[in-house]
Amino acid sequence: MSRRMKALDHDATALYDIPGPKTERRHRLYGVLSTLLVLALVGWVLYLLFDTDQFTRTKWMPFEYKGIQELLLRGLGNTLKAFAIAAVLSLALGTLLAVGRLSDHKPVRRLATLFVEFFRAMPVLVMIFFIYVALKMEPLSALVAGLTLYNGSVLAEVFRSGINAVERGQREAAYALGMRKTQVMTHVLVPQAVRAMLPAIISQLVVALKDTSLGYLITYEEFLHAGKLIASNLDYDLPFIPVVMVISPIYIGMCMVLSWFAQWMSKRQRRNPKTDAADVAAAEPGTLLPGMQ
Amino acid sequence: MNVLTDNFPTYWKGFLGTVELTVYASILALVLGFVMASFRVAPVGSFRALGTAWVTVLRNTPLTLLFFAVLLGLPRFGLVLPFTVFAVLALGCYTSAFICEALRSGINTVPRGQGEAARSLGMTFGQTLTSVILPQAFRSVIPPVGSTLIALAKNSAIAGAFSVVELLGTYKTLSELGYNIIWTFVWIALGYLIITLAISALFNILEKRWGVAR
Repeated sequence: MSRRMKALDHDATALYDIPGPKTERRHRLYGVLSTLLVLALVGWVLYLLFDTDQFTRTKWMPFEYKGIQELLLRGLGNTLKAFAIAAVLSLALGTLLAVGRLSDHKPVRRLATLFVEFFRAMPVLVMIFFIYVALKMEPLSALVAGLTLYNGSVLAEVFRSGINAVERGQREAAYALGMRKTQVMTHVLVPQAVRAMLPAIISQLVVALKDTSLGYLITYEEFLHAGKLIASNLDYDLPFIPVVMVISPIYIGMCMVLSWFAQWMSKRQRRNPKTDAADVAAAEPGTLLPGMQ
Repeated sequence: MNVLTDNFPTYWKGFLGTVELTVYASILALVLGFVMASFRVAPVGSFRALGTAWVTVLRNTPLTLLFFAVLLGLPRFGLVLPFTVFAVLALGCYTSAFICEALRSGINTVPRGQGEAARSLGMTFGQTLTSVILPQAFRSVIPPVGSTLIALAKNSAIAGAFSVVELLGTYKTLSELGYNIIWTFVWIALGYLIITLAISALFNILEKRWGVAR
C-alpha cells in the first residue's frame, strides 16, 4: 500500500504528517512495545484469576445445570421484555411530546417543554426509585415507567430537532401548495426527518437497553439479578467472577450489536442523497445544556 | 415540608457525597478520557486499537453491571478499598469513554491546514499540539463535555444503591424514620437539579468565555 493510500485510510487529522520511513520504524517499535505491555497486563490479570482460584471446577459447575441455565435465560428474557416495552412506550411518548413541543398553541408548547426539560434533568434512577418506593408499583412497571419518562423526553428532543433540521424550503413549499399543518408534517417533514433521525433513535434505544440493568437495584428479576442469585450460592464456592465473565459478554454484546446497527444505519444515511437535508445531533449522552440548543 | 428542615444534616451529607463523587469521577474521567483520546488519534496502530477497544467496550457496558463487577468483584482479588473509591473508579472509567469521544471529535474539527501551517513554521509536535491544535479543539469541545459531566452527576445516583453515601441513598434513612416519602423525593430531586444546573451554568460561562464564535 502506498503511503498516500495509508494517509487516506484513517481520519484526516491536523496532528501529524504522513510518517516517513524512519518515523514508521519508530512507530512500529512503539506498537510492539505497547502490545507487549498490554499482553503483560492481560497475563497479570489471568495470573490473578488463577491465583484466586476462579477457574476451579466447582465455580464453573453451576452453568452446566439446566435449572441455572433456565434461570439465566429467564433473566435475559425479562431484560429484553422490559427493554421492548420501554422502547415502544418511549417512542410513543417521544412522539406525543414532540408534537406538543411543535404545537402552534403556546400553553401546550410550554407544558411539553417543561415536561421534557424536567425529566431530562432528573437522574433516571431517582425516577425509578420514586415510582417504586413512593407510588408502590411493581418492579417491572416502575422500571418501564422510569425508562419511558426519561427516554421519551430525550427522544422528543431528537424528533423535534430532526423535524426542524429538514430544509426550510420543504416546509415553505408545502405550505405554498396550500397544505395544512398536519399534511405538511405527515407528508413532507416527518418522512424526511425519520430517515435522518434513525441512527440517533437507535443510539438512544441502546441507552434504554443499558438502563434496563437498573431494574437490578429495585429487585426486578432481570439478567443481573439472576447472576447475583447464582453468585451468592455457597454450594458452588461463591462463583462471582465466573458469573461476571459469563454475563458481561452477553450484555455488552447485545448493546454492541444495537450500536453497530445504529452506526451502519448512519453510514448508509450519509451516502443517501435523500437525507442530506437533515443533520440531527446525537442523542447521547443524556442532557444537552439547557438553553443551548 | 419539614422533612428538609428536620433532616438537614442527613440531606447535606448526601448532597456532599454526590458532589464529592461527581468531582472526583469527573477528574478521573477527564484525565483518562484525554489519554484515551490521544491514543485514538495516535499514529501508532496498536495505540489506536487500544483506545477504540476501551471506548467500544465501556460505551456498551451498562453502568449497573460495571458497578456490580467493580464494587463486588475487585475485593475478591484482595483489593480492599472504601466503596466510594470503587464508585469513583467505575463512574470515572465509564464516563471517560464518552469524554474520549467528545475530545476526539473536537480534535478532528481542527482543519488539517492548521497543523500543516504550524509544522511548516518549524514548530515541534509539542508546540503544534499545545499552542495550535488543542486551543482550537478546546472551544468546540465545551458543550459536549458539559453534557457528559451532567450525565455523570446523574449517573452517580447508582452508587447510592451500592451503599455509598450520596443523595439518593438518603431516602432509605428518611423512610425508616417515617417521613412522607413523596416530600423526601422532592428534596432529593431538588438536590440533583442544583448539581446539574450548577454544572450547566459553569459550562455556559466557559462557552461564553471561550466557546467558538459561529
